Amino acid sequence: MSSATTTTANPEHDPAGAQQHCAQYLTFLLDGEEYGIDILSVQEIKGWQPCTELPNTPDYVLGVINLRGAVIPVIDLRRRLGMAPRDAGKLTVVIVIRHAAADGEKVLGVVVDAVSDVFDIAPDQVSAPPSLEAGLDGRFVRGLATLADKMIILLDLAHVAGDA
Amino acid sequence: MSMEEFHQIFFEEADELMEAMEAELLEMVFEPDNPERINNVFRAAHSIKGGAATFGFAEITETTHVMETLMNEVREGAIAVDRSLVDVLLSAADCVKDLLAAVKGGGPADAGLAVATRTALEACLERSGAAPQTSPPQPDSSDEDAAAAETGAALRRYRIGFRPAHGLFRTGNDPLHILRALRELGDLEVEVDTGSVPTLDGFRADQLYLAWTLHIATGSDPEVVLEAFEWVEDLCEIDFQEVESRPEATPDDAPAAVPAAAPAGAPAVPMEAGSAAGTERRSADAGTLAAGTAERPDSAPHRGERRAAGAESATIRVGIDKIDTLINLVGELVITQSMLSDLGEDVELCDLDKLREGFQQLERHTRALQESVMKIRMVPISNVFNRMPRTVHDLTARLGKQLDLVMHGEHTELDKTLMERIGDPLVHLVRNAVDHGVEMPEVRAAHGKPERGTLTLSAFHAGGDVVIEISDDGAGLDTERIRAKARDRGLVDAGEQLDEAQVHQLIFHPGFSTAEEVSDVSGRGVGMDVVRQNILGLGGSVEIASDAGRGSTFTIRLPLTLAIVDAQLLQVAGQIYAVPLVSIVESFQVERANLKSIAERGQLYRVRDDYVPVVDLTSLFGIREATPQPVAGGLLVLVESGNGRMGLLVDDLLAQQQVVIKSLESNFRAVPGVSGATILGDGRVALIVDVTGLARLLRATGGRRGQDGGLTGIRAA
Repeated sequence: MSSATTTTANPEHDPAGAQQHCAQYLTFLLDGEEYGIDILSVQEIKGWQPCTELPNTPDYVLGVINLRGAVIPVIDLRRRLGMAPRDAGKLTVVIVIRHAAADGEKVLGVVVDAVSDVFDIAPDQVSAPPSLEAGLDGRFVRGLATLADKMIILLDLAHVAGDA
Repeated sequence: MSMEEFHQIFFEEADELMEAMEAELLEMVFEPDNPERINNVFRAAHSIKGGAATFGFAEITETTHVMETLMNEVREGAIAVDRSLVDVLLSAADCVKDLLAAVKGGGPADAGLAVATRTALEACLERSGAAPQTSPPQPDSSDEDAAAAETGAALRRYRIGFRPAHGLFRTGNDPLHILRALRELGDLEVEVDTGSVPTLDGFRADQLYLAWTLHIATGSDPEVVLEAFEWVEDLCEIDFQEVESRPEATPDDAPAAVPAAAPAGAPAVPMEAGSAAGTERRSADAGTLAAGTAERPDSAPHRGERRAAGAESATIRVGIDKIDTLINLVGELVITQSMLSDLGEDVELCDLDKLREGFQQLERHTRALQESVMKIRMVPISNVFNRMPRTVHDLTARLGKQLDLVMHGEHTELDKTLMERIGDPLVHLVRNAVDHGVEMPEVRAAHGKPERGTLTLSAFHAGGDVVIEISDDGAGLDTERIRAKARDRGLVDAGEQLDEAQVHQLIFHPGFSTAEEVSDVSGRGVGMDVVRQNILGLGGSVEIASDAGRGSTFTIRLPLTLAIVDAQLLQVAGQIYAVPLVSIVESFQVERANLKSIAERGQLYRVRDDYVPVVDLTSLFGIREATPQPVAGGLLVLVESGNGRMGLLVDDLLAQQQVVIKSLESNFRAVPGVSGATILGDGRVALIVDVTGLARLLRATGGRRGQDGGLTGIRAA
């Protein structure tokens, strides 16, 4: 995409702004598919490290890690989206995202197979997700972005840690 | 330094002075002739007056001025100290506190209260025959006040042209409130100007098209009248004129000059919306004006919020000695660091000892630094205890009881957050003791006790806890009445036998109160329940000991701090957990002979004459990659919570150390059985086991797990 990007302060919570401007998306791979999340929600990308398990949590909650003194939960996105789990490999990373919760901003780690690229995506390139996306939890899908040669599934990870 | 910062300093000083003044006043009742106390009150009033006058907080200046005058008379012996005088001074102190809070919050103060307070103070002055000197050292308003005092309620008439901006509603203001506020000041005539109301097609419901001409006859000064417009003055045009002055003043019907403080020196002062000049002057005048008008109904919520916000302050006062210790320690740390990096330049084998010594020093200093930093958060409990004399004073006066308050251990330190949160429960317990515990003097006399009751508040450190005891020599808990009440309310069955301690616990039951009538002191039945919840929420406990006819003692135990805990690290299935040392009783090797399996309910272990449930964290916590270990021969850590004991089966005991508690909620949510997490030396995260929560978890899951083979039954050797 060649168009210049003017991103709003946080398009995720400003649908009106998102309609007028291109937004940048960080894309990553899960089971060979490319997924995108709003880059403004991304704080950093960390290498994979073992977690401390939390008692009696759903299997997609891998546990907690130490992020420079803060204890943050780590979610296995494969399991969260209903895919078969896979052992961590060389490219496995933790994407650290910030999201707004009822009691303030929270930080969360999301394990993905590998990070891929950053794209500018205009709102008119995004189509609504098909109503029944087989094997993918529809709650987290914001839409499908069609680029010149590929399709990216845009996710909204604000609630990925939430309700089990 | 900005004006705001100067204000902040004044407020902090004033708060301290007010506290000191109140403490002195309360002592004065018992020592009416102590000149030092009288002097201290005088000086406090004087200092606040000076500060308030500097910043133009007129109401505070005037009130403290009268207090100072009165104290001066007392100092010179013209007025004798008695209980009624102290009461008047105390309520004056409350009034000044309210005024301070109002100015701090930038909102309106209760002018009516301030005037009433000054009147009460002046009444005391007059009683002594001393001439009331009402003029504070503020030239611009003193004449007005003196004159007003002489002529009583001389009416002044103002004409106010009030033309608000169309968008006024959007700022959350409503001219109706202003009109109501003005009506409270005196006779108000309102003329409305509907000239700018547009035709229906141009009319927008969220716009204000009306303007008013107001005629008001009032005893108040122009500042007070203008106060009503405080919130909207940069959103409207105000044409303020004094139509007719007081009879004895120049009988000019022409617009009279109003005092400089009011933004109405000129006949008309148009105020442009958002004009920078207007805003600047506003902030300078805010102090003078804020302390003016009668309290408006709609300002009540603001007051409430301000109070609540003030309760947990964001700043902390730290003794200079603590800071000095910190600076010294940091200095030591820097020296050690440079020594180590020198050594690191080229390390030779012979330097190994020096290196080791350096690391030891580093460890020592780091630990000392950590301790000192934690101590910054520790404040003496006197901050809370100091509120009690006043509470007791007011209550005994109202209830007609006689009571001595004795306090011990005010210097006991505890975490600031804890101290702020323990304040209200403690006040509640004290009120309760005065209201329900201590009897009326004649009843006490009839029982052969001294007429004056004694309430003892003490605080001390015991083990890792801070203990606060509230003990009275009153009637004690009436177990018969509590029992009867509990039966009435259906809290216990008629046939159920309860021992004394169980009966005592009933008063913490939600909705329980034995007071025959609901008083405003206590007896709503919400209190004790909330008190207990609050204390439990702080990780503490509360116990009652009561002796009928002799009095009762409430014992509150609190952890020293919420931030750090002494913990034992232990390993279970490859995971490291921290268990607070206070909850650990002992640890031992499991002997098969003492192990009893109970069908479907897991296992019990005999510890001397007691059986405790054996808890396997791998199954209770659902640890995923756990390889079963035989129970026999393993290690059992005996832990204790309020709900009893249990044995935790662990693979290994690791170090004992202080761990810093990190909340899981801040980035995730609360996890049952775990009170938080901590970061170990190697950067890994370890969970801190919440023993009380573990017991709850055990009860909740015990039955379910029982069906698939018992808690540890699967692996019973």
